[in-house]
Amino acid sequence: MELQAVLMAAGGGSRMMELTYNTHKPLLPVGNKPLIWYPLNLLERVGFEEVIIITTKDVQKMLTPDRLKLDGKMKLDVVCIQLEGEMGTADALRHVQQKIKTDVLVLSCDLITDVALHEVVDLFRAHNASMAMLMSKLHEFTETVPGQKGKKKAGEQRDFVGVDATGQRLLFMANEADLEDGLTIRKSIMCKHPSMRIRTGLLDAHLYCLKRCVVDFLVENKNISSIRGELIPYLVRKQFSKSVNLPNNKDEVEMSQKMEGQTNLEILGSCKDEELLRLTQERSCWNDHHGDMSEAYHGGKVRCYVHIMEDGVCYRVNTLAAYIEANRMVSAPKLIEDPPIHPSAVISECTQVGADSIIGASCQISDKTSIKRSTVGASSTVREKVKITNSILMNGVTVEEGCNIQGSVICSNAVIGRNADIKYCLVGSSQRIEPDGDLKMSRDWPA
Amino acid sequence: MADADETSKQAERNTNVGDGIAVKKQDIARAKNEGKELTKDEKQRLRKEKKQQKKNKKDDKGESEHENVPLPPSQAVVQCQSQKVCTSEKPAKSKAEQRAERRARQEADRAAKGKKGESAQQPPSGKSKAPPNELQPVVKRLPEHVQVDDPAAVRKLAKKLERQQIPVRSEYGYKVSLFSHLHQYSRKAPLTQQISIPSTVIHPYIVRLGLQYSQGIVAGSNARSIALLHAFQKVIQDYKTPPNEELSRDLVNKLKPYISYLNQCRPLSASMGNAIKYVKKEISNIPCLCKEEEAKKQLLSCIDNYIKEKITLAATTISAYAIEKISNGDVILVYGCSSLVNHILCDAFDKKRKFSVIVVDSRPRLEGREALRRLVKKGICCTYVLISAVSYILPEVSKVFLGAHALLANGYVMSRVGTSQIALVAKAYNVPVLVCCETYKFCERVQTDSFVSNELDDPDDLMVTRKGKIHLENWQDIRQLGLLNLVYDVTPPDFVDLVITDLGMIPCTSVPVVLRVKNVDQ
Repeated sequence: MELQAVLMAAGGGSRMMELTYNTHKPLLPVGNKPLIWYPLNLLERVGFEEVIIITTKDVQKMLTPDRLKLDGKMKLDVVCIQLEGEMGTADALRHVQQKIKTDVLVLSCDLITDVALHEVVDLFRAHNASMAMLMSKLHEFTETVPGQKGKKKAGEQRDFVGVDATGQRLLFMANEADLEDGLTIRKSIMCKHPSMRIRTGLLDAHLYCLKRCVVDFLVENKNISSIRGELIPYLVRKQFSKSVNLPNNKDEVEMSQKMEGQTNLEILGSCKDEELLRLTQERSCWNDHHGDMSEAYHGGKVRCYVHIMEDGVCYRVNTLAAYIEANRMVSAPKLIEDPPIHPSAVISECTQVGADSIIGASCQISDKTSIKRSTVGASSTVREKVKITNSILMNGVTVEEGCNIQGSVICSNAVIGRNADIKYCLVGSSQRIEPDGDLKMSRDWPA
Repeated sequence: MADADETSKQAERNTNVGDGIAVKKQDIARAKNEGKELTKDEKQRLRKEKKQQKKNKKDDKGESEHENVPLPPSQAVVQCQSQKVCTSEKPAKSKAEQRAERRARQEADRAAKGKKGESAQQPPSGKSKAPPNELQPVVKRLPEHVQVDDPAAVRKLAKKLERQQIPVRSEYGYKVSLFSHLHQYSRKAPLTQQISIPSTVIHPYIVRLGLQYSQGIVAGSNARSIALLHAFQKVIQDYKTPPNEELSRDLVNKLKPYISYLNQCRPLSASMGNAIKYVKKEISNIPCLCKEEEAKKQLLSCIDNYIKEKITLAATTISAYAIEKISNGDVILVYGCSSLVNHILCDAFDKKRKFSVIVVDSRPRLEGREALRRLVKKGICCTYVLISAVSYILPEVSKVFLGAHALLANGYVMSRVGTSQIALVAKAYNVPVLVCCETYKFCERVQTDSFVSNELDDPDDLMVTRKGKIHLENWQDIRQLGLLNLVYDVTPPDFVDLVITDLGMIPCTSVPVVLRVKNVDQ
C-alpha cells in the first residue's frame, strides 16, 4: 500500500463560533453538503479506498454513509478523541500511530478544493521527499461579511513562504507572528539556493504527504503538538541543518542521540536510504540545481516540496468570510455533480430561482419568491413573496411571507417572522426573528 | 514431400491466383502424390508459380506472418484438406467446384490464422527474421519495432494495456514525419494522472520509478538498470504467492504489467531489457518445491549478484583496461555524461595519470554540465565546449572516450544523439575513438540508421527563455513547424577504433561473437 489518508475532523472552528456553537464544523452545510463531504469526495475521486477520520464522539454519530451521501464504497475508519485536553493535530496523529503502516496523507476537514492531487503526490514520490504540501494563491474575499462593519482588520498574520527557482522546493516558512525583528535567512540556505522567491499571498491548504519515518519521529518526540505550527517548520529548517557525520559505527551514534533524549530525524531517514538508491543517484546524470559543485539535493536527506496552485478552487473554511465565499464557489460545476436544485424540492411555478442557487432536498418554495445567488438548505420552508439574495439558509429554516433577506447567513432551524427585512446579518441556530423586524449588519446568536 | 507441402501452402495462401494456375498446381500435386517424377514442363511451371507467389506475397504483406513459424498441426490439416481436394477432382472443373475448393482453402486459412493468433505474435516487418543460429535451434523473438502510425499496431497495444489495467499515455504535439512512427509524450502529462493515487494495480515502487524515468531524475543506462533491479527487489519482497499458483509462473505474470507501465513512462533501454530477461529467467528457474521465503531470498541475492557482476565489477574491469590506454599528457575528449567514462577518468586520476579533459555538451539536455562538475570536483583539468565547436577543438585532442547506451549486433554503437557526429569528426582528424561499454548492454537488434528505432523526447524542452522571453512558445500554432528532440543515434563501426568491455578490448565487429558466447553460457 502506498499512502494512507488521515482526515483531521476534530477541530472546533474557533474562528467562526457563530456557526459552530451549535453545529460541529465538519457538519456545517456548504452547498447543502456537510463540509466533511468535500475532502472525502476528493479522496474518493482520486482512488482512495480507506480513510482514517479523527473526530469527536458527537461528530462520529453523524458520520454514517447515507448521511454523508458518498457514492462510492470508501471505507471510513472513525477514531474518536476527547476534546477536553487540547489535542493538536500532531497529537492526534500520534494517537492513530498504530494504524499507520505506510506514508500518510493528512488532510483537514475544512478543505474544499479541486486540485489534481497527483501533482502533490508526484512531488512526494519522484523526489523521495520527506514532506510534500499543497498551497494556493490567496483569493480576496469580495462578499460582505455579515456583522462586520468596515474593512477587515489585518488580524490575520501573513505567512512568508520561500521557494527555490523551480517553485517546487520549499526553503523557508515562517509566520509573521514568529518574526519579531525581521526575516532572517541562514547563510547556508543562500549558499545552496542563491535564487529564492519569497511569497506572502499564499494559503496553506493543510494537505500534507508525510513519510512514515516522520510519523515515527513524531511518536518519539512528544513535545510536538501541531503539524502545521511545529512539525512543518521543523522539517523545513531540518533540510539545511548541518548533517550528522555518520560514523562507521551506527550504534554509537544512536546511543549518543538517545542520551540527548531526542531521536534525530536524519538517522531515522537515512536508515531507509539504501545502497542501491545511492548507487542509482551516483550513476544518474541528473542534478536538481546547476552552478555549484554539490550533488543532487546538495546531499540532503530531508526534502520538503510544495505544489502551489495558481488557479482552481481551494478554500479553507475556517472563518465566516471563507464560509460564505465557499458557498458561492461550490455552485461551480467542478465540485458538485448533482443538479443545483434537488429533485425532491417542491418549487411552485411562479418562483424565480436563479441558475446559481442551490436548493436542498425536501424544500418547499412557495409562489412569487425570488431566490438569487443563494443556498437554501434541506427541509427549509420559504413562504410567498420572499426575496432571498446572496444568502445562505441552512437546514430546516422557515421563512415567513414577505421577507427580504439579503447577504445574510441564517443558521439551521431558525425562523424568520413575516415581513422581516434582514440585510447582511447572521442569525444563529434556532433563533427567531420577530415579524416586521429590520436587521442590518448584526449577528444574532446566543453569545 | 517438401515440394508438395510448399505447393499446398501456397495454394491455400493465395486465393487471388487465377483458376488456371490453381488447376495446374493441383495437377502437379496430384502427379507428385502418385509418385511420378515431374516432367521438365511441370518443373518450369512450378518455378513460374513460385515466382508469382513471391510477387503476390509482396502485395499481401499481412500473409507473410505465416511463413516464419512452422505450424505442423495446422499445416497437416491444411495439407490433407488440399490433398482431399486434389484427389477428388476431375481435370476439367466446373466453376462452382473451384469456388467450393477456394472456400475450403479459405476456411483452412482462417483456422490456421486463429491458431497463429494464440501463439506468440511475430513482428510485422519482414526484416526482423531471426537468423538461425547453429548453436541455438530455437528462433529468438526480437523486440518489436515501435509503429505508432500503424493503427492496427496501436490498437493491439491498447488492447494489451487494457488487459493489464495500465492506462495509455496520449501522444503530444505534431511529430516530424520521418519519426511519426515513434511515441512522443509530454513531461507535463505524466501517466500518474490516470492511475489511482494509492496505486493498487501497480506496485508503489514501480510508480515512483516510472515517474523518475519520465521526469529524467533517473537518467543514464546504468542508473536506469540499477533502479529497475532495485524496484524489482522491492516487488519480490512484497510478493505473496496466491493459493494454487506457483511462484515461478505467477511472479513473471505479475511483472509483465509493471514492465508495460515503465515502457509507457519511458521506452525501455537495451540494458533494462537484458536485465528483465535475466530476472525472468531466474524466476522461471526456481524449482517448484522451493518454499516462498527461500525462493525470495534466492531471487534477491541473484539480483544483487547481477548488479555486482555486470555493473560494478564490470566498471572496475573496464577501468583497468582503459587506464592502459591513457598516457601522461593526454587530452581526452568526452561527450555528455556517461557514468562509465566518468568512472574511468576518476580512476585514472587516482592512479596518478596526468591528463586533461575536454567535455563536449549539447542542447537541450546539457548533460555535460554534470560530467564537468564531477570531474572538476575530483580535481581533473577540464575544458567545456558545445558540440558546434568540436571541429575547432579536435586538433588538440589525443583520444576520444565515448559511452554507449547499447551495442548492436552488427557492430553499430547506439548512444546519445551527437555521438556519431563526434566520431565522424574524430575520424576525419585521425583521432582514435574508444567506446566503453559493459557486456550487459549488448543487444541482438540490428540497425544501420537512427530513424527506424529511436526515442522522441518532449518537444517543449527545445523552448528556451532568453531575457524573460520564451522563444518558440507557441510552436503548436504554426502548422508547418515541427520540433524534434531526438535522444539516440547510431555510430557505424568504421568510426570506432576500439570497444572496451569487461571481456577485454575488442573491435566493434566482434560484438556478434560476444553475443553468441554469452548465449552459449546461458
